[in-house]
Amino acid sequence: MVLLIQLLNAVQYGLLLFLLSSGLTLIFGIMGVINLAHGSFYMVGAYLAYWFARLTGSLWLAIPFAVVIAFGIGLLLETAIFSRLYKRDHLYQVLLTFGLILVFEELRSILFGDEVHGVAIPALLGYSIPLTDTLSYPVYRLFVTAVCLAIAALLYFVIHKTRVGMMIRAGNSNREMAASLGVNIPLLFALVFAFGMALAAFAGAVAAPISSVFPGMGNQILIICFVVVVIGGIGSINGAMIASLAIGLADTLGKVVAAEYSSVAVYLVMAAILLWRPQGIANKA
Amino acid sequence: MSPITLPRSLLIAAVLLLALFPVLGATFYIQLGAKIMIMAIFALSLDLLVGHTGLVSLGHAAYFGLAAYALAMISPRYEAANLWLTLPAAMAAAALAALVIGFLVVRTAGIYFIMVTLAFAQMLYSLFHDTKLGGGSDGIYIQVRPELTLWGFKPLDLENPTQFYYFVLIMLIAVYIILNHVLHAPLGRALAGIRANEQRMRSIGFPVFAYKLGAFVLAGALAGLAGYLAACQFGFVNPDILAWHQSGIVLMMVILGGMGRLHGPVLGAFAYVLIQEFLSAPALLGPYAKHWQLAMGGLIVMIVLVLPHGIGGFIDIALRRYSYRRIQANGAAES
Amino acid sequence: MSDALLQARGLSKSFGGLAAVDNLSLEVRVGELHAVIGPNGAGKTTLINLLSGELPASSGDIIFGGNDISGLAPEKRARLGMGRSYQKTNIFLGFSALENCRLAAQSREPRPLNWLRNALSYESVMGQARRALDAVGLAHRASEAALALSHGEQRQLEIAMCLATEPRLLLLDEPLAGMGMEESLKMVQLIGRLGENHAILLVEHDMDAVFQLARVLTVMVDGKILASGTPEEIRANRNVQAAYLGSDNELR
Repeated sequence: MVLLIQLLNAVQYGLLLFLLSSGLTLIFGIMGVINLAHGSFYMVGAYLAYWFARLTGSLWLAIPFAVVIAFGIGLLLETAIFSRLYKRDHLYQVLLTFGLILVFEELRSILFGDEVHGVAIPALLGYSIPLTDTLSYPVYRLFVTAVCLAIAALLYFVIHKTRVGMMIRAGNSNREMAASLGVNIPLLFALVFAFGMALAAFAGAVAAPISSVFPGMGNQILIICFVVVVIGGIGSINGAMIASLAIGLADTLGKVVAAEYSSVAVYLVMAAILLWRPQGIANKA
Repeated sequence: MSPITLPRSLLIAAVLLLALFPVLGATFYIQLGAKIMIMAIFALSLDLLVGHTGLVSLGHAAYFGLAAYALAMISPRYEAANLWLTLPAAMAAAALAALVIGFLVVRTAGIYFIMVTLAFAQMLYSLFHDTKLGGGSDGIYIQVRPELTLWGFKPLDLENPTQFYYFVLIMLIAVYIILNHVLHAPLGRALAGIRANEQRMRSIGFPVFAYKLGAFVLAGALAGLAGYLAACQFGFVNPDILAWHQSGIVLMMVILGGMGRLHGPVLGAFAYVLIQEFLSAPALLGPYAKHWQLAMGGLIVMIVLVLPHGIGGFIDIALRRYSYRRIQANGAAES
Repeated sequence: MSDALLQARGLSKSFGGLAAVDNLSLEVRVGELHAVIGPNGAGKTTLINLLSGELPASSGDIIFGGNDISGLAPEKRARLGMGRSYQKTNIFLGFSALENCRLAAQSREPRPLNWLRNALSYESVMGQARRALDAVGLAHRASEAALALSHGEQRQLEIAMCLATEPRLLLLDEPLAGMGMEESLKMVQLIGRLGENHAILLVEHDMDAVFQLARVLTVMVDGKILASGTPEEIRANRNVQAAYLGSDNELR
């Protein structure tokens, strides 16, 4: 039964990772931009949700608020800064987005301080389902899992079954061709970027009651997302899903087996994959 | 092809300037100078990878930090360690880590390479932060700096800030000279070829993987030297020394100063530390001084958008335009 | 009759369902320039990539100098004596012409662990580089940046780089591409001279050059060999005339 709880946690964590990583891998795959500040948007979502929830007393209101604001900031950033990075060397993308991380972290410090803040779970979801006499599982975590699954399904549907998705996949493999076929590339890129940021913010907002909001929360999870993208292959949503769940399992199993070394477990999985298949799981050679 | 190093006269002038500096400054500035030179060695080691071989590593602090931890962990508690033993040991530890990690990451390229170098550095950070290894998140103190004693003779007392400064200067000059030789030697030329056109290098018969791995290990060892010196100076080592923030900063120095030319990273180290001191000075930003990284971040964003080749590159391009115009003028005069 | 230096046996390469090269066998001998011609998309460059090792074959073997090299990486094949030039100029644009050839020559005497001597001081390597430049007629442009060379000179440098590695076999992928009349003539003379003591596989569209240089001619269509033989046999072959040479096709 304890195993079931660990498994549920692993899936929930994995799905949350998927939300973050899917945005990251799409932006890599389609625009060819490496964005270190992706994690900062996770943090932005969490802190905005925290702040707005404190203001209004309702997390239900805070989450959409955070997502909309993040989408807006994402659009702004894309048009002002990122659109100039697409043709630049990865090196400069890394440097610029590193600068952005510093900016976001300091803004967070100025506006919200450096302490850890808890975020209240909405009353509706604030109870636990009993599994045995002594063990129960928080409903909020189940809610997070369900929401992530719903979004994953929506994402899959959009990418594979709609015209927009087709444009995205076309842009993924051949930008010039897609442009010559009439796809408005700059608009598509701006929307994809902003959507990726909104997704990250959503993940942060939704996870806030579970993980609390704290300095550096975005950067911490970003590196795990990088591992997901490396394992799953750049541009592959399917790969991101498989890798996210694998990482979720590795992390949780690691905590069970050797608590201190659990964080290392994730990287060891990555190392193993690198030895076996450097180009990632889902991408063909 | 642009020259890798400055004309000899300029180099000698720079060395003299650095050598005379302690005569003029207060202890604070001498220590700042030593810190800058240590970061310069760190940046030079990364430039070998980024600027010369074309490998963008975002996890270089791993080797910097490992060597620092090596010193901290093998130093006796209240006595001075022997530098002649501990420095090679620390550099060897860093080089070994670079060999193992390099073997795994060098097979990747582009964005993947950036991500996996970052990930492995983060792995080491997690290892030192979450476990009790190396004092966990609290870190370890190095109460006494290592000694240079050999057969009873002590050429420099590293506890003395000025003598430590000169020791670091000697190390910086040594690293600069070694890298200068390496870059002009067949190995360095091959690395330049790999950066320029890896496919063609393979096609003409170079074992590209081996060369990249070699560069990775050498860069790791030199980063280890810098990390060792940093641990000596600061007297305290904690997981932040391996953090990706540290990797980002040294990458920034390399790009800021201009890549591919030996003076670039040195200039970058000076520029970064001086800008940091400037921005965090209470006189400038007042109560917001502790948020100086906001200004630093903004500055970085501006520089990347406006100056595509870094400060050093900007200077080089300006110089080239100036000399080109002079040649044109001379040519016109002669014809 | 010497043994073939290079033998490809049953070589195939598929991308998904598409066979770019299909069960292809051929031989290249020293002194017998073997030209491969065919319409665009016939798989000629894929063939060269398979032989040089840049593409792994789906099936088949490659024997070079009596050894099976089918699984070897490109750099290993190069060190065994294979040189390859590219259809799209693939030189080191930022380096001088001499440095391009010097690097190529260095691959034979790498000396990676000698950190003390300047690479330019190794006389044997420098000599080899200069000889390669001389052979293609670029000696007077040695110190020019490759970027500053004309297209024709860059194609010559492309060949010089191969020569600097002192190969036994040359895989030449459309060396005359984009060249003017005079440059083409010089290149054809060069290839002819090289063909005397190297094994050469030449992929070309320029029919004049092909019929002048080739002792063996193979026609590829859709990844398969349509016909193979002496130039006269090929010229007389009806299938080849219909598929490729045709009365409407230009002879340059």
